[in-house]
Amino acid sequence: MADAAIRTRGLTRRYGDLLAVDRLDLEVRPGEIFGLLGPNGAGKTTTILMLLGLSEPTAGRAEVLGMDPTRRPLEIKRRVGYLPDDVGFYDGLTGRQNLRYTARLNRLEPKAAERRIGELLELVGLAGAADRPVEGYSRGMRQRLGLADTLVKDPEVAILDEPTASIDPTGVREVLALVRSLARERGVTVLLSSHLLHQVQQICDRVAIFVDGRIVAQGPMAELAERLASETLTMEVGLEAEPEVAEAALAALPGVHGVRRDERDERLWLVTGDSELRTALAGRLAERGLGVWHLRRAGDELDEIYARYFERGSRRGRGAGDGRAA
Amino acid sequence: MAEPPDAPRRRLPSKGRGPGRRPSPRPAAPARPAFAPASAAPGGSSAAALAAAPVERGFGGGWLIVAGKELADHILSARFYVLVVVLSMAAAGAVYGAASGIQSAAGQIASQPEVLPAPFLALFTVSPQVGGQSLPSFYALIGLLGPLLGIAFGFDAVSSERSEKTLPRLLAQPIHRDDVVNGKFAAGLGAIGGILVAVVVLVAGLGLFQLGIVPTPEAVFRLAAWLVVSVIYVGLWLAFATLCSVVMRRAATAALVAIALWIVLILFGSLLAGIAANALSPLPSSPTTDEQIANSNLQEALARVSPATLYAEATGVLLDPTARSVDLLTSTQTQGAVAGVLPLDQSLLLVWPQITVLVAETSVCFAVAYISFMRQEVRA
Ligand SMILES: Nc1ncnc2c1ncn2[C@@H]1O[C@H](COP(=O)(O)OP(=O)(O)O)[C@@H](O)[C@H]1O
Ligand SMILES: [Mg+2]
Repeated sequence: MADAAIRTRGLTRRYGDLLAVDRLDLEVRPGEIFGLLGPNGAGKTTTILMLLGLSEPTAGRAEVLGMDPTRRPLEIKRRVGYLPDDVGFYDGLTGRQNLRYTARLNRLEPKAAERRIGELLELVGLAGAADRPVEGYSRGMRQRLGLADTLVKDPEVAILDEPTASIDPTGVREVLALVRSLARERGVTVLLSSHLLHQVQQICDRVAIFVDGRIVAQGPMAELAERLASETLTMEVGLEAEPEVAEAALAALPGVHGVRRDERDERLWLVTGDSELRTALAGRLAERGLGVWHLRRAGDELDEIYARYFERGSRRGRGAGDGRAA
Repeated sequence: MAEPPDAPRRRLPSKGRGPGRRPSPRPAAPARPAFAPASAAPGGSSAAALAAAPVERGFGGGWLIVAGKELADHILSARFYVLVVVLSMAAAGAVYGAASGIQSAAGQIASQPEVLPAPFLALFTVSPQVGGQSLPSFYALIGLLGPLLGIAFGFDAVSSERSEKTLPRLLAQPIHRDDVVNGKFAAGLGAIGGILVAVVVLVAGLGLFQLGIVPTPEAVFRLAAWLVVSVIYVGLWLAFATLCSVVMRRAATAALVAIALWIVLILFGSLLAGIAANALSPLPSSPTTDEQIANSNLQEALARVSPATLYAEATGVLLDPTARSVDLLTSTQTQGAVAGVLPLDQSLLLVWPQITVLVAETSVCFAVAYISFMRQEVRA
């Protein structure tokens, strides 16, 4: 395997008492799309800022393209494109003028930069709006302009923080298609963060699931699904009982770790627990005289996996260490 | 969205970049052209031209790029035009008012040159008399309004990058973090210098063409010295406003704080110095002359903390060759003094301390702004 494009070892960032990033070990390989997934406040942005040398790690170290961001930030910034979450532009300038400024800051030769900016605006579908002030741009247009801005310097690595947040579904598809083509056709290594797993899962080669500053799982999506399924599983259960009774009864069963309502179908319960439940659950429910009208294995879906990981990883707000279900 | 046309595949960053990199302190040259085409332009030749496009090496001069953009913003901004118009009108008014005084004196110049040793400079220093009331002269007016110039170009320098959310994007480009503050400060100084020069040229032109006053070289040098000191003084306010824009999230708060300080110093500066002097060394009920002098010297020293005082003293001497001292003089000190004019180097020597303190105060404000910015989190 080639050397990693991005690698962190024990990367830690503390804000007062809060460990925003806790001994992070991450490895992003050249040319892949790596998803850093986690709920809000997980520490994704903090990690990204440390990778770019925009924030100092409290401990540990990072390497981007073989360089230490604390020692050679400019060289990294020359070769790494960064799309901040909630990206902003100079409202009074046009889209093209905004990109021009970025090109100048990267010391690109003006003529070549001009051509490249034109191509990029075309690529992100903003050719028509390029000479209008950014003031009038929609959220989605800004996001696409942000992508173009990230690419002005022709980066080897693109770090995209929440590239799909707060844009409409069509916009999301367009942005994801762009990101995918970047990686596949131009060999750009992409690290993207998101709190919306289902949006980005189909384009990520590998993901790290990141909760409360810690990685709870890292690897290809399918592998993660398998690993999780072998330890625990989730069953969809429909019971002939009042909701309160059903919930209490399910939670009291041996081997069950968690019970929650299925958001997609209010009548169903999602029961998580040891893998033996797959065969044992029906029997245990019958023993207690509970009428079962629906029983199905869930959890193959990534959303489900994601939810499971969040459940397992979440420590914050429940006191340290007691949130572990498994 | 259209998929981009096939681009020549690039080398992956890993190639030729094994784990055994040379630990060289200098940034190693990238393993590929830093500016390769995103998508092949029609015709392979232009793609090759793109790939070969020269990119400046090194990371110096980032502040110049920032300053260039900021200066363009300033020059296109409404505030720039408002300030130019306001200052030009004030200047023209002051000069026209002063012109009558100069003209009446002009008749005497031939016979008695000491009445108006430098008529060109008088354009800038004579207080126009309108209806028996004395209005501020041009240079007093600049002393009064100069701070506003500095505040106008500095109060949102950094906070606007935060409120527009452009700061993370800006700092993710290959420039040093201080390039942002330095560039913005330089652009502000440039805009201020431009406005001041324009206004001075306007006044000089009015003097030349309307009144026929031809400047002597000495007068031009004095005016140039005044201009430099004025830029330093306005630069002090620019630095202070920039500091406010770094520490305060909201531009409105920063502007308010800076303007409050301006008003306090201009309106109450000498009053505060008097109060402080009396508190530090209270005068007895029937003070001796020595005690009074000591008190007033202390008051003077305290007033010189205020840049407004320093600037007024410095420019008063620079524009007036007959000024012999910036201090309070007792009659014994002036006794026997021959009325006459000082050469420029003597005038400069006289106010050198004032200029030095102004520069020092500007540097302190800038340094505090700079350090605060360097220590701040990228996201607010
Ligand atoms: N400047 C700061 N001071 C204190 N806490 C911070 C600061 N920045 C971020 N945090 C905290 O660090 C944690 C991680 O934040 P962040 O990296 O933004 O998460 P994410 O990007 O995954 O949503 C959050 O709990 C956040 O409140
Ligand atoms: Mg974030």
